Amino acid sequence: MAKKTKAEQRKQFEQKAYNQMVTKKRAKIPIARNVIVAFLVGGFISVIGQVLMMLFVRLGFPEEKAGDPTVATLILIASILTGLGIWDILGQFAGAGAGVPVTGFANAMVSSALEFKREGLVLGVGARMFQLAGPVIVYGAVTAFLVGVVHAVLM
Amino acid sequence: MPARKKVGLQTVAFSRPVAVVSSASAVGPLEGEGPLSGSFDIVYPDMLNGEASWEKTERTMMKEAVECALGKANLTCENMDYMLAGDLLNQCISANFAARDLGIPLLGLYGACSTMAESAGLAAMLIDGGYALHAVAAVSSHYGTSERQYRFPTEYGGQRPPYSQYTVTGAGALVLGHGQHFQGQLARITHFTAGKVTDLGRRDPFDMGSAMAPAAADTILRHFSDLSLAPDHYDLVLTGDLALVGHSLTEELLRQQGLVLKERMQDCGLLVFDRTRQPVFSGGSGCGCSAVVLCGHIMDMFKQAKLKRLLLVGTGALLSPTTFQQGDSIPCIAHAVAFELSDDRLLE
Repeated sequence: MAKKTKAEQRKQFEQKAYNQMVTKKRAKIPIARNVIVAFLVGGFISVIGQVLMMLFVRLGFPEEKAGDPTVATLILIASILTGLGIWDILGQFAGAGAGVPVTGFANAMVSSALEFKREGLVLGVGARMFQLAGPVIVYGAVTAFLVGVVHAVLM
Repeated sequence: MPARKKVGLQTVAFSRPVAVVSSASAVGPLEGEGPLSGSFDIVYPDMLNGEASWEKTERTMMKEAVECALGKANLTCENMDYMLAGDLLNQCISANFAARDLGIPLLGLYGACSTMAESAGLAAMLIDGGYALHAVAAVSSHYGTSERQYRFPTEYGGQRPPYSQYTVTGAGALVLGHGQHFQGQLARITHFTAGKVTDLGRRDPFDMGSAMAPAAADTILRHFSDLSLAPDHYDLVLTGDLALVGHSLTEELLRQQGLVLKERMQDCGLLVFDRTRQPVFSGGSGCGCSAVVLCGHIMDMFKQAKLKRLLLVGTGALLSPTTFQQGDSIPCIAHAVAFELSDDRLLE
């Protein structure tokens, strides 16, 4: 690697000093609070899911199939709350607690669809709906493939 | 031969100070409920105000601010030689579409959130140079339009860090004119310092305050040294949208260079919202932030002779979603415009 010039070294030093100053002055992200709230809210959403699932079993769904209407119901609730402008407030409060369950995926799809409906149904809603949710699908498929390979090799 | 009206390295001094003839501001609902609520001319009841999209609302807001400012001065669009305008959206669409409807020759500008200072400074140069008798400087920003362009859909439930900022929905317009012609002028523009692009390697697009602070400090120091000014020369050094983090960093950077302004330095991002009761995180941002504070509250203060000298320091983070996704740091700029009370009796 080429040796750094004096000017580059000075710039690097200046940037480092400034970064330290920013870290000192800037409010920290409240990680402990965020983790606890995310755990509680995420857990609460999962409890709602469990209750729904038991309800669907009672309504006559076989136990291994009751997950499907449960997920659909949670998606419906999150989508409606996104449309009503409530989900983004919950997201700010709960962070990953609202984002990680299937509800977060629903919010990512519906918020994009709402945002771009003014650009039309094809180039707006159609093309942009997966703007945020797309990576989840892509890397979900990639992970499934890798796990499948491991499974095939080991089993 | 050095430029005749240039002082020091980056500052111009106007030979006949340019008059601020009138000003007007239009804002959205959150700004309208903020601490400066009484100072705005137009407050929209909601983010759309009956338009079909936020983009259309933003351009209407700019147009109405210009029309309102012209009305106060009893001038018409035909009297304006130029409109210098800009906003945050790609291709500066708000300025372009507003100017289409107003029919004033347009010089479109992009200085991110520094555009109010940039447009006022350039308009003053055109007038002082004799290229215009009147010009209007106007900018706008809108929470909805800039969120979708720079960040996420507005209903997306992502968690923002406490140092992020909230884009001001608002537009401001300043009508400037040749000094001698206006008796009822609000203030005069005396100097303009164009800033250099500064970059200390900050990369977080949620933290524009810390990215912009070095640019703000650089331009303020340059302005004070170009004109050999004492720290108490200005009643107020008003930065554009540094918000809580950027404001304290700028103070620190200036203090390191020996310029202590204390309560003489304030930030529009902290004035326009009340952080304790409005969900704006570190404070306001956007072109509209400095524009609505300057064209509303500050011009009111000049009108009541509560301010004698003001340095407006517009601060802009010159990033795009493409640059930060490609890992670039955030280059920033700040432009400074000096205003003073035009009533000579009140100046020693």
